[in-house]
Amino acid sequence: MAGVGAGPLRAMWQQALLLLALCTTGSRGLYFHIGETEKRCFIEEIPDETMVIGNYRTQMWDKQKEVFLPSTPGLGMHVEVKDPDGKVVLSRQYGSEGRFTFTSHTPGDHQICLHSNSTRMALFAGGKLRVHLGIQVGEHTNNYPEIAAKDKLTELQLRARQLLDQVEQIQKEQDYQRYREERFRLTSESTNQRVLWWSIAQTVILILTGIWQMRHLKSFFEAKKLV
Amino acid sequence: MQRPGSALRWAAAAGRWGCRLLVLLLLVPRPGGASEITFELPDNAKQCFYEDIAQGTKCTLEFQVITGGHYDVDCRLEDPDGKVLYKEMKKQYDSFTFTASKNGTYKFCFSNEFSTFTHKTVYFDFQVGEDPPLFPSENRVSALTQMESACVSIHEALKSVIDYQTHFRLREAQGRSRAEDLNTRVAYWSVGEALILLVVSIGQVFLLKSFFSDKRTTTTRVGS
Repeated sequence: MAGVGAGPLRAMWQQALLLLALCTTGSRGLYFHIGETEKRCFIEEIPDETMVIGNYRTQMWDKQKEVFLPSTPGLGMHVEVKDPDGKVVLSRQYGSEGRFTFTSHTPGDHQICLHSNSTRMALFAGGKLRVHLGIQVGEHTNNYPEIAAKDKLTELQLRARQLLDQVEQIQKEQDYQRYREERFRLTSESTNQRVLWWSIAQTVILILTGIWQMRHLKSFFEAKKLV
Repeated sequence: MQRPGSALRWAAAAGRWGCRLLVLLLLVPRPGGASEITFELPDNAKQCFYEDIAQGTKCTLEFQVITGGHYDVDCRLEDPDGKVLYKEMKKQYDSFTFTASKNGTYKFCFSNEFSTFTHKTVYFDFQVGEDPPLFPSENRVSALTQMESACVSIHEALKSVIDYQTHFRLREAQGRSRAEDLNTRVAYWSVGEALILLVVSIGQVFLLKSFFSDKRTTTTRVGS
C-alpha cells in the first residue's frame, strides 16, 4: 500500500471516518418526521413489573438551508405514558434530547405518546421535526458494562447474569400470556352465550309477533264482517 | 512546503493505517441493534421511518398487523437512491432480509391509504447488523472456553425463545381483537334484527288493514 496518491488516500480516510461515525451512533438509529402539533403514539404490550426506557433526540428542519440542524436548544417534547386502564403513568416535558423511564404495574398495552409543544417551530415555517427514537423493554434496559463495573463481575459471571435476566423476562411473558388467554376465553364464552340467548329470544319474538298478527287481523276481519 | 519527502511518508503511513482501520471495521461485527416498535396507523395515512445504514450490513425488516379492518397494510422499503428494494400491497405479515449495498439513509413506509375508516396497529422489527457485544472491547482473538461458548449458545437460544414469544403474543392479540370485534358485532346485530323484526311485523299488519279500509275514506287517509 505504499506510494498511494493523494486522491484515493482522502477517499479511504473519508470511508473510514464515515464507518466509524456510523458505528458509534449505536441503537438510536431509527428516526421519523413529525409535524408541528402532531402527536405520535407507540404501543408497548408488556407484562407487569417491567421497566421501559425510551430515549429520543430531536432535530429541527431549517427551511433556508434545507437541512436538519444538529441540535436545537429550546425545543421541547412532551412525553405521556398511559397504562392499559387509561390512567396516566408519566406526563412530563423534556428538552430537545431526553430519556424517559417507567415501570409497568399492570400488564397490558401501554401507550407512549410524544408531541412537540414548542412554538418556535412556527417561526421556521417548515414545521418539520426529525425525532430519533429508541425504546428498550425488559432485560434490554440493563446496562451490562455498568453492572460488571459496579459488582466487579468476570465475563462469565456477567454472562450468567444476562442469561438469568433473559429467563426472568421469559417467565414474566409466560405469566402475562396466561392472563391474556383467560381474557380471550372470557370474550369467546361471552360471544357464545350472546349468540345462544339472542337466537332463543328472536325465535320467541317471531312466534309472539306471528300470533299477535293473526289475532289482530282476525278481529279486524270479523269487525269488517268479511270472515 | 518544508520537507515534501517526510510529508509524503506520513501521508502514506496514515493511508496504510486508514486501510487497516477500514478492514478492521469491516471484519468486526458492527454494533447494530434492533428497533421494535408498535404504532397506530390512522386511515388514509402513511408513516415512514428512516435509518442510516453502513454498506455491507445485513438487515431484516419484519412487520405484522395486529388490529384493524382486514389486518393488512402496504409496505415499501427504499435504498438511499430511491430504488425500491421491497414492495408489497395488503400484506398481513412478512419478513425481508437484505444486505445494504451502499451507505446512506434507508427508508421504509407503511401505508393505510386504501382504507377509508379503519385504523390499524402495526408492529415492526428492524434489525440492523449484529447485536452489540456484552463487553465493549470484545474483539477477542483467543478462542472461547467451553463454558463461555455454552453461555453464548444458551443466550442465542433464549433470544430465539423471546422472539417466538413475541410472535405468539402478536398472533394472540390479533385473535383476541377479532374475537372482541365479533362479540360487539353479534350484540349490535341481534338488537338491530329484533327491532327490524318488530317494525316489519307491525308495519305489515297496518298495511294490510289499510288495503281493506272503506273506499270512501281512502282519499282522506294519510297513511297507516
